[in-house]
Amino acid sequence: MGVKLLLDKADVPGIRTYEVYRREGGYRAVEKALKQMTTDEIVEEVKKSGLRGRGGAGFPTGMKWSFIAKPEGVPRHLVCNADESEPGTFKDRYLMEFLPHLLLEGLIVSSYALGSHDTYIYIRGEYAWITTILEEAIEEAKAAGWLGKNILGTGFDCNIHVQRGGGAYICGEETALIESLEGNRGNPRIKPPFPAIQGLWMRPTVVNNVETLAAVVPIINMGGEEYAKIGVGKSTGTKLISACGNINKPGVYEIDMTITVEEFIYSDEYCGGIKDGKKLKACIPGGSSVPILPANLLLTTAKGEPRYMNYESLSDGGFATGSMLGSGGFIVLDEDQCIVKNTYTLARFYRHESCGQCSPCREGTGWMEKILQKIETGKGEMSDIDLLWDIQRKIEGNTICPLGDAAAWPVAAAIRHFRDEFEWHINNPELSQTSNFGLQHYADPIHVPA
Amino acid sequence: MVTTFNDTQITEFKRLVARYPEGKHKSALLPALHLAQDSFGGWLSTETLDYVASLLQIEPIEVYEVATFYSMYNLKPVGKFVFEVCQTGPCMVSGSDHIIDYIKKTLDIQPGETTKDGLFTLKLVECLGACGYAPMMQVGKIYKEHLTKEKVDSIIAEYRAQATNN
Repeated sequence: MGVKLLLDKADVPGIRTYEVYRREGGYRAVEKALKQMTTDEIVEEVKKSGLRGRGGAGFPTGMKWSFIAKPEGVPRHLVCNADESEPGTFKDRYLMEFLPHLLLEGLIVSSYALGSHDTYIYIRGEYAWITTILEEAIEEAKAAGWLGKNILGTGFDCNIHVQRGGGAYICGEETALIESLEGNRGNPRIKPPFPAIQGLWMRPTVVNNVETLAAVVPIINMGGEEYAKIGVGKSTGTKLISACGNINKPGVYEIDMTITVEEFIYSDEYCGGIKDGKKLKACIPGGSSVPILPANLLLTTAKGEPRYMNYESLSDGGFATGSMLGSGGFIVLDEDQCIVKNTYTLARFYRHESCGQCSPCREGTGWMEKILQKIETGKGEMSDIDLLWDIQRKIEGNTICPLGDAAAWPVAAAIRHFRDEFEWHINNPELSQTSNFGLQHYADPIHVPA
Repeated sequence: MVTTFNDTQITEFKRLVARYPEGKHKSALLPALHLAQDSFGGWLSTETLDYVASLLQIEPIEVYEVATFYSMYNLKPVGKFVFEVCQTGPCMVSGSDHIIDYIKKTLDIQPGETTKDGLFTLKLVECLGACGYAPMMQVGKIYKEHLTKEKVDSIIAEYRAQATNN
């Protein structure tokens, strides 16, 4: 059993309620932070912990906090990004649904550290029942004196508000989220200025993911240095992985980032192997936007070393032979899955979610969807593969926000690693409608140069 | 169709606006549109959008551009129960195609259509964050997960009964 810092109490009956959460040691981090620590000391502990943003980008949290501007007389805001929308990702939902007070505790400590008196949780609109859970938890915390005016007699005032989004993936991008929180369309802003200087209502703002803010609780309780001892290299602490697809035990798992991908997929403690005794074909290890890998490159790196479930190991080999830990949305595909169809559904997703602001993304995502649909339905031509490659290259890096990259990468990786499956579709327009390419050589051990 | 909030709804509207600093009341637009949609038959007519604009003291165009941007706002009338079935990658690899086909056949409607009795609308949607519990659909504020044909049958029966009882 690996170390658990976030979900260690998830199975305690009634942990969703304030009473049980408090009895189990909850809100100790707020007591410690507000009574014994200065705001700078809290930022310092988070820096020492090596915590990296858990939403997908992996940017060091302490550093992000240290960028916040503190102009005289201008309020600052902390915003919790609960707009979890990356396909394959459902970890924040789990955390908020079962441990709402853990998030609130992290939010209170972080609000204190950043000087935010009005903190907002922006939650995806579809998570309507979780909004209710969070609002009930906020009322409980307020009644117990952890929120509101003069918390613990320290003079610190803080309120937390929950706002539901309207069903737009793009609002997970922090500046689009801010626009949405201001009551606008979710069009990302050009940076700079970064939110730390001019964010919500043009005030200094920090936007952090749910899991990131929850991780502040164990960091304060155990100290940043102790937290950093868990894990390996720059992948410190624990990470929530939401596993789905063709596995025996889909669900949310907390890992300490020292286990191998093979152990995560096949051990009974985690995914429990591939469903129905089938073989592993491919996996998208960090949410739908990160590169898909065939089984051989997923389990071992190009150098033939075991691949681990952490930031560095999953990206080993760059995009040529590696992928990313991303948001921790772990999508497993078995031998019967069609890569073309899977790529098509993801391309359709990104077309649907493009905000339409930048031409390469607005036009390119639509073209990619149409071409993939053409190939998938047996109407593709061989030149379509190179055309797809060309389009994705023209989107990547040419848009205001990373949605363009997120749309380009899955298409690029599918062609890079599964080009023969695309060719098979094009060469067998009828056969591809009734059967699929199958596993072929994708699960073979990869060639290791002498 | 009545397009003004009743007292309870107005109280809720005021609570939403109070969450933001003075002068920043436009921030309440998305939550206000959710409230309006829930209050006025599950969709937003132009009259409703204009009403929300007048309540928030903003231009109608500011409301239109938001209402048309976000996929959760219905700009056309919908059935009493809207089946929003996820069709993105993780649900697809878990068999969402079969569930969608089964719902189409059972209710005899295509995506975007409503049954003749006005009870059910079928919508195909993109990832709802329930990938580990696929295939799934959202009905109102509830997620229906681990869908099978049998489960779809019982969900339809459940809502039919609910409609009859009301």
